[in-house]
Amino acid sequence: MSLELRNVTKRVGAETHIHATSLKLDVGVFNILLGATSAGKSTLIKLMAGLEKPTTGEVWVDGQDVTGLSPQKRQISLVHQFFVNYPHMTVFENIASPLRVAGMAKSEIAGRVEEAANILQLGPMLKRYPDELSGGQQQRTALARAIVKESRAIFLDEPLANLDYKLREELREQLPDLLAGRGTVVVYATSEPTEALLLGGNTALIHEGRVSQFGATADIYRSPASIDAAMVFSDPPINLATATKRGNEMHLGPSLKWAVSGEAGGLADGDYTLGIRPHHVTPTRPTELSVPLSGVVQITELSGSESVAHLSLGDQNWVSTAPGVHAYQLGKAHEFHMIPGQCFYFAPDGSLAAKGAAHG
Amino acid sequence: MAKITLDKLRHSYSASPAGPDDYALKEIDLDWTDGGAYALLGPSGCGKSTLLNIISGLLTPSEGRVLFDGKDVTGLPPDQRNIAQVFQFPVIYDTMSVYDNLAFPLRNRGVDAARVDARVMEIATMLELEEQLKTRAANLTPDNKQKISMGRGLVRDDVNVVMFDEPLTVIDPALKWKLRSKLKELHQKIAVTMIYVTHDQTEALTFADQVVVMQDGVIVQIGTPVELFERPQHTFVGHFIGSPGMNILPCEVTNGGAMFRGQAIALEGKIAKTGQSTEIGIRPEYVSLSDTGIPAIVRKAADLGRHTVVEAMTGDVAVSAIINGPPPEAGAEVHLSFEPSQTRVYSDGWIATEVAS
Repeated sequence: MSLELRNVTKRVGAETHIHATSLKLDVGVFNILLGATSAGKSTLIKLMAGLEKPTTGEVWVDGQDVTGLSPQKRQISLVHQFFVNYPHMTVFENIASPLRVAGMAKSEIAGRVEEAANILQLGPMLKRYPDELSGGQQQRTALARAIVKESRAIFLDEPLANLDYKLREELREQLPDLLAGRGTVVVYATSEPTEALLLGGNTALIHEGRVSQFGATADIYRSPASIDAAMVFSDPPINLATATKRGNEMHLGPSLKWAVSGEAGGLADGDYTLGIRPHHVTPTRPTELSVPLSGVVQITELSGSESVAHLSLGDQNWVSTAPGVHAYQLGKAHEFHMIPGQCFYFAPDGSLAAKGAAHG
Repeated sequence: MAKITLDKLRHSYSASPAGPDDYALKEIDLDWTDGGAYALLGPSGCGKSTLLNIISGLLTPSEGRVLFDGKDVTGLPPDQRNIAQVFQFPVIYDTMSVYDNLAFPLRNRGVDAARVDARVMEIATMLELEEQLKTRAANLTPDNKQKISMGRGLVRDDVNVVMFDEPLTVIDPALKWKLRSKLKELHQKIAVTMIYVTHDQTEALTFADQVVVMQDGVIVQIGTPVELFERPQHTFVGHFIGSPGMNILPCEVTNGGAMFRGQAIALEGKIAKTGQSTEIGIRPEYVSLSDTGIPAIVRKAADLGRHTVVEAMTGDVAVSAIINGPPPEAGAEVHLSFEPSQTRVYSDGWIATEVAS
């Protein structure tokens, strides 16, 4: 089973919402669409699900062109950010509704509903109405309705965004197990990089109506193909600065330089955009290979497990995150460190030119 | 600006509450000093919004008093409490310009034009809205609308307190991060008392100097972010704060020591009390994989880039560990070791070990 977009575009009036996109999503792995709000994730899901028609291009499911088919005919399930349940129906009736629509025998329905309810720990809630449930239980009801019927693809559009933090953690933990082995293509849209990493699988980075990169989640985190991809896949945002390669040295600002080898050593002389993730800019010196940076601390945040410092470095604003508690004085220069091997170098057109050796 | 005191507050939405379960707030005593940044943190239904509504005057408590600078305001309506509020969804006038939106709370109070202009410009500069002052609010992006909402909350310098009710819920993660640090910066600059209500631990811990953690209408712990993280007083706080939360492992206490799955576990200090149930609390950050220790089987390992979260099973008990370096394979046999100084015992949910001196 697979789901494929072939050269799909979506234009609304004069605006292009989705630029020509080809993407093949397989069964047996979580497929994540990661991008900011209005990057095009929901539109892509609607195109795949059949809720919207592409302007050009085709949608294929399991070797069949389904471009002209309705969502029902495509045999798909959809879970939205806002839990949609029928308020006048019990949890049982809500979960059973797609089976009734499909004309399944009553005797079979009860078994299927109970099975789905048990998986989602809704067994004791079957007789309740949605307004008697917590937010998490309501969303689990919506999920149960999505998994109760056989579908060729299941689409989850930021399904956890409206839930409490801890509930989100729990459901996020359960979802991959829940959907594994169902023989259905799973597509999951999120705007949170950490959520994508936690879910693993494959990720398509969506930026301004384009898939800017697709591959194994951990791989594209370590090898962002462009500045856009690195920005989408970093939370807090990746730190950027202009660096200049001269001979076998990289120069940053008037006084900093370090020797480069490997991929970065092979770059032609000239200007590059250096990118380094906030947790690679540290207040302590990690190794002898690190480069010292003097940053003026503007804001500090403490999250208990982590210290965050916003610093100005010349005309750049950078962020450092480090485990533990670090005392910074606001408005004062502090010494930070980065390991050159953790840097990415992007060419003037924004594409990745070289990555530091530490990224493998 | 004011010191805020909550004195024996109780609240029930029921007209004739029969028992503790009928109270949304069970008994709240709290002192918030002038100029601090505070957060009320807890899951949905813990009573934090009820408490916020009592402080703002939208709700009159069933029992107890609210004091601003020692003065009883329990009976005063919201407009006489001199407070500013920022809500989950932007509250702005779409037809007005950004400037007029920011000026509104001041003009409404009859502040003179020169003073209005000075304050609006100051706030607009801090929020980086100078370029958009003439733009009609309707034409702004959602995050800029919420910025204006915040600006309206912050523009008056004579308020007792500014209250934020889940202000970043509707904001995109990337921008959420920016607005959060902006708010932190504003507090560091203008030092007005701020109360921030949220279910999001990251927002609460990064914003506040002091966090009040609530569960079921009760304050479970009040502390700095570091205190809440390092030494949770209750297993609920341990679980609620941290990603993943603290490991809470059933244990037996014998001869003053704690046994987990037949092994004696070194603790931070001696066990001062025991109750019906005892549990070991250890954060995943302080669990490591080693050659010796508690045998476990890796259930899964999530590679988060900057570290790996390992979930390992010791029998039927799951233990999370945050490790650096290559992630182990699922099914691998490993040994877990706990950092003794960070290993605590909880008795009936409450901390029972003493800090080693």
